[in-house]
Amino acid sequence: MTDLTRLTLAEARDGLTKKQFTSTELTLAFLTAIEKGNATLNAYVLPVPEHALAQAKTSDSRLAKGDARPLEGLPLGIKDLFATKGIRTTACSTILDDFKPTYESTVTQNLWDAGAVMLGKLNCDEFAMGSSNETSAFGPVVNPWRRNGKDGKPSTDRLVPGGSSGGSSAAVSANLCLAATATDTGGSIRQPAALTGTVGIKPTYGRCSRWGTVAFASSLDQAGPIAKTVRDSAIMLRHMSSHDLKDSTSVDTPVPDYEAELGRGIKGLRVGVPREYRVEGMSAEIDALWQKGIAWLKAAGATIHDISLPHTKYALPAYYIVAPAECSSNLARYDGVRYGLRVPGKDLTETYENTRAAGFGKEVKRRILIGTYVLSAGYYDAYYIKAQKVRTLIKRDFDEAWEKVDVVLTPTTPSPAFAAGEKSGDPLAMYLEDIFTVTVNMAGLPGISVPAGLSSQGTPLGLQLIGKPFDEGTLLRASQAIEDAAGRFPVPTRWWES
Amino acid sequence: MQVDQATVRRIARLARIKISDDEAKGLEGELSGILKWVEQLGEVDTVGVEPMTRVVPIELKQRKDIVCDGEIADDVTRNAPVSENHFFVVPKVVE
Amino acid sequence: MQTSGSTKGKSKPSNLIPGATGDWEVVIGMEVHAQVASHAKLFSGASTEFGGSPNSHVSLVDAAMPGMLPVINEECVAQAVRTGLGLNAAINLTSVFDRKNYFYPDLPQGYQISQYKQPIVGEGVVEIDVDGELMKVGIERLHLEQDAGKSIHDQHPDYTYVDLNRSGVALMEIVSKPDLRSSKQAQAYVSKLRSILRYLGTCDGDMEKGNLRADVNVSVRKPGEPLGTRCEIKNVNSIRFIGQAVEVEARRQIDIIEEGGKIDQETRLFDSAKGETRSMRSKEEAHDYRYFPDPDLLPLEMTQGYVDGLKKALPELPDEKRTRFVKQYGLSAYDADVLVAERENAEFFETVAKGRDGKTAANWVINDLFGRLNKEGKEIAASPVSAAQLGAILDLIANNTISGKIAKDLFEIVWSEGGDPADIVDKRGMKQVTDTGAIEKVVDEIIAANPKQVEQIKANPKTMGWFVGQVMKLSGGKANPAAVNDVLRRKLGI
Repeated sequence: MTDLTRLTLAEARDGLTKKQFTSTELTLAFLTAIEKGNATLNAYVLPVPEHALAQAKTSDSRLAKGDARPLEGLPLGIKDLFATKGIRTTACSTILDDFKPTYESTVTQNLWDAGAVMLGKLNCDEFAMGSSNETSAFGPVVNPWRRNGKDGKPSTDRLVPGGSSGGSSAAVSANLCLAATATDTGGSIRQPAALTGTVGIKPTYGRCSRWGTVAFASSLDQAGPIAKTVRDSAIMLRHMSSHDLKDSTSVDTPVPDYEAELGRGIKGLRVGVPREYRVEGMSAEIDALWQKGIAWLKAAGATIHDISLPHTKYALPAYYIVAPAECSSNLARYDGVRYGLRVPGKDLTETYENTRAAGFGKEVKRRILIGTYVLSAGYYDAYYIKAQKVRTLIKRDFDEAWEKVDVVLTPTTPSPAFAAGEKSGDPLAMYLEDIFTVTVNMAGLPGISVPAGLSSQGTPLGLQLIGKPFDEGTLLRASQAIEDAAGRFPVPTRWWES
Repeated sequence: MQVDQATVRRIARLARIKISDDEAKGLEGELSGILKWVEQLGEVDTVGVEPMTRVVPIELKQRKDIVCDGEIADDVTRNAPVSENHFFVVPKVVE
Repeated sequence: MQTSGSTKGKSKPSNLIPGATGDWEVVIGMEVHAQVASHAKLFSGASTEFGGSPNSHVSLVDAAMPGMLPVINEECVAQAVRTGLGLNAAINLTSVFDRKNYFYPDLPQGYQISQYKQPIVGEGVVEIDVDGELMKVGIERLHLEQDAGKSIHDQHPDYTYVDLNRSGVALMEIVSKPDLRSSKQAQAYVSKLRSILRYLGTCDGDMEKGNLRADVNVSVRKPGEPLGTRCEIKNVNSIRFIGQAVEVEARRQIDIIEEGGKIDQETRLFDSAKGETRSMRSKEEAHDYRYFPDPDLLPLEMTQGYVDGLKKALPELPDEKRTRFVKQYGLSAYDADVLVAERENAEFFETVAKGRDGKTAANWVINDLFGRLNKEGKEIAASPVSAAQLGAILDLIANNTISGKIAKDLFEIVWSEGGDPADIVDKRGMKQVTDTGAIEKVVDEIIAANPKQVEQIKANPKTMGWFVGQVMKLSGGKANPAAVNDVLRRKLGI
C-alpha cells in the first residue's frame, strides 16, 4: 500500500470516499509515523492514539453508510493553544501544568462537527510567543528540513521550524498529520510555513472565532491552518471559520466555499509590489525569489504594480508595544488560584509571584514586563497610544493600496530556517523574523505563505500574499497560481525516524 | 528609554513575577534595549490620527438578558490546585 | 476626584463643625456602587441571583478560564441609560470599556472590565431636600463595570475562601461632585439616589444585601480655603452608617490637623461597632491600574433614537410625582415626600385617593397604614389591608355610615381578619347612629342622671366634652359626634 501519510488532505478525502482505505487505516499510519518520528522532531506534545482511533471508528461507520461529513475521518494535528475538552491543554507552558479544559474551542469543535480526527496536541512557542518554537516548556521542535552539508550529505545542524506554530509546521511537513491548526499574532502561521515548505494562511481578523483559544494578544490573534497544499488550506480554512456569538470580535459574514474558488484563475488580478519591503541587507536569493513570484503571477494573467506602504518599517516596533501590552493583561489570569500550577509562598502575594516566576519562561516574562511597563502611568500615551496611532496609519496605507491593487506580494521571511540557538541570545534578532508578516496582523488583513523555492542551502523559502479584508478567496487563487508554477516542496528524506 | 533595576523590580511587582537579582540585572539590559528600539515610533507624525479602536468594522454585539450559563460548579473547580466544597482556597488575605 | 471644589456648596453656619481653632467645613463626595437589576451578568450568561451555593452562578467566562471572552448584556446597557436619564444626565452615545488591571483572588481575570475615559453617562444633577431646604447635588458620571467575587476570610485561620458567584455582576458606579457639606446631606443624597433607582427599576437598592454601597470621600477645610486632603471610606452599606462615618471621619481629620498633623490620603473602612474609621492595610501603595481599552470588546455605540425610546418609557420619577401630588391632591410637601419615597407606596396611595379626598387618603395611608406596617416591620406588598379595602373604609366615613373612631376599629378588624369593610360594618352592627331621635333619648338619659354636671356646663360650656364622651360611651361609639354636639347644645341651651 502506498504510504498513506504522504497524501494531501484532498487526496485522502478522495481515497476515503472511494473506499480505497479506511479512516482507521489512515489514522494508524499517522500514529505509527508519530511513534517513529516524534522523539526526534518533538512536534507533538501529546499524541492521543486512543481518542483518535475512537473517532476514526465513528468516521468509518459513517463513511460506510455514505453519511460522510466534509472532513470525515481525516486525521489532523491541533496546536496546544486550542482548548480540547478533557484533553490536556497547556499553551506549551509550565504554568498550565496538567490543565484539562471542560470545554472545546469553537475552531476545533467546528472540525469535529465536520468529522475530523484528532491525532494529538502540537508543540508551539510558549503562549504563542516566539518565532522558532524554542521557548516551549516541552523543548524545541526540529525542522524536518536540513541544510545541504558537505559531500552531498545533509548537514546535521538542527534547524528551527519557525514559530510560534512550529509543531504544526513540522508535523505537516514531516507527514505526521494531513494538516494542522495553528494561530498567528505577528506571523506565527506564515513564518513557520515558509520555513518548512508548507502552506499557511492567517485569515482576516474576526474570520475564525477566538473562543476557547488561549489568548496572547486579543486584537491580533487569529487561528488558521497549516497544510501541504493551497487546496488543503482552503478546505481547512472553510471549516475552521464561523461566526461565533460567544466572541464579540467575530464577524457575521458567510464563509465562502474557498475550495470552489480555486479554479477561477487570476486573469486581470492586480498585484502590488511594495517598495518598502525591499529592506536593507535583504539577501539576493530572497530578492530573486520575489522576482520569480512576480513573473509567475504575470504569466498567469495578473498585472504588476509598484506600490508604497510608507509605514511598513514601523509595524514591528508598534507590534512590540501593542502585543506585549495586551498579553500582560491576558496572562494575569494565570495566578495559580483556579487552575494550573501553584507554587506556595508565605502569603498570597508570594504565592502569585512564585507561581508566575516558576510557571512562565523567559520570553513570556520579558513580554509581560514590557507590556506592564508600556501601560503604566506616565508611559501609556507615549507608547501604547502612539503605537495604536501608528497602527491606524499602517491600515490606512493598505486601504489606499486597495484602490490600485487586489493583492500584495512580498517575501514571507528575511531568511530561510536558521539553526537552533542561533537567534536565542538576542531578543531583537528574533523579533526581526516577523518583519514582513507583522504588518498584516496590525492591519487585520488576511495573509498567506506559499512555498516558492529552495535556498542555496536547500531549505524552503516562501512568498507571502496579503489580501483585502474577507477576500481570502482571491488570496487562495493567487497562491494556487504560485503553487502551480513553483510546484510542491516535500521533505527529501524521513531522516528522523528511529 | 533606560530602565534601571529599581524600575524592573517595580514592574515585576506590578506583574506579580518574582525575579532574582541576576534576572533583574539581565532584564535591565534587555528591556532597555527593546524600549530604545521601539522609540523609533517617535519619527512618525501622528498628529490628528486616531488610535485604532476597532480592528473589524462591526458594532459591539449585545446579547439578551437570559440566564443561559453557570450551574457548573464542578467544572469550574475541577482544575483548581486547592479547593474545598467548591470554594477556591488561597493563603489568607488580610484586609 | 480632586477638583477645585464647587463654590456653590453653600456652607450654612449650621453645617460647620466647631473645632479648637475655629469652625471647619466638611466636603463630601460619594461614589455609589449600584448592582444593576438584570437576570444575567454584565458579560456572561450566569445568574445574578443572590445566595446560591459556592461557585454555582459562575460560567467559564466568570471563572476566567483560558480562551474565554466577554459578550455584553443589552439589558445592563439599557438600565445604565435609564439611570442616567433619571439623574438628568448627559448620555454618551459612544462609550468604551477599559480593563482595570490588578491582582486579587476574587478578581479572576486579573483585571476588571470597567469604563475609564469614556463612560456611558456624563454629568447630571440630583435634587435633595434636607430639613425642608432644597439643594442640587452634581453628578460627575456613571459607568458600567463588573463586580468582583467574594473573599471569605473568617472561615479558617490560614486560608481565604473564594466564591465567584458575584464576580461579573453588572454594577453602575455613580460618582457625585464634591457638593455635599454635611452628614445629613450625604444621607439625603444616598436616600434620594436609592429612591430614583428603585423607581426606575434599575437597582433594588437593598443595602443590607450589598446591592447598593457607598464609598464616601471626606475632607475638611476652613471655610474659603482650598480643599483638604481627602480620605475614602469604602463600602459603607447603610444610610445610618454613612451619616456616622462622615461625622467620625470629619472629627478625626479635624483633630489631627488641629494637633499640628497632616492628613494622609488613604482608603479607610468604617467600623460601626467601634464607631471609628481605620486604615485599610492592603492598600499600601498607590495602584497603577494600567487602564487600556479592552481588546475583546468594541466601543459601545447607541443611537439617539434608542435613548429617546428609553426616555419615553420611563416611569414618573419621585420629584415629578411629588410636585404633582402637592398640586393634584392638595397635600403638604412633607406628606407628598413621605408618599413618594417609595414607588409602591405612592401607587398604593393613588389607588386609595382615586375618586376620594386626597388629604384624607394621605392621612390614613401615612398615619394608620404606614404606621402599622412600620410597627410590624412589613413592606407594603405584604400589607394585610389592600388599597381597595382602605378606600372602602374611607367611603364609609365619607357617606356617614361610620364615625372616624369606628373607622379605626374597622381598620383593625380588616388588618387582623381581612374581609370586605362594608360587609363587616353590616354584620357587626357598626353603623353610625345619626338618627336624632335615638341620640336625643341617650342625651336625655345622661342629662337626667347627671344634674351636677349640667349645672357646670351651663356655667362653662367648654366642659361639654365630658357629656359628649358619655353619650358616645353609652351609644357604644356609634353615635355621630356632630349630631351629638347639636343635640346636646339644644338640650342644654348653650
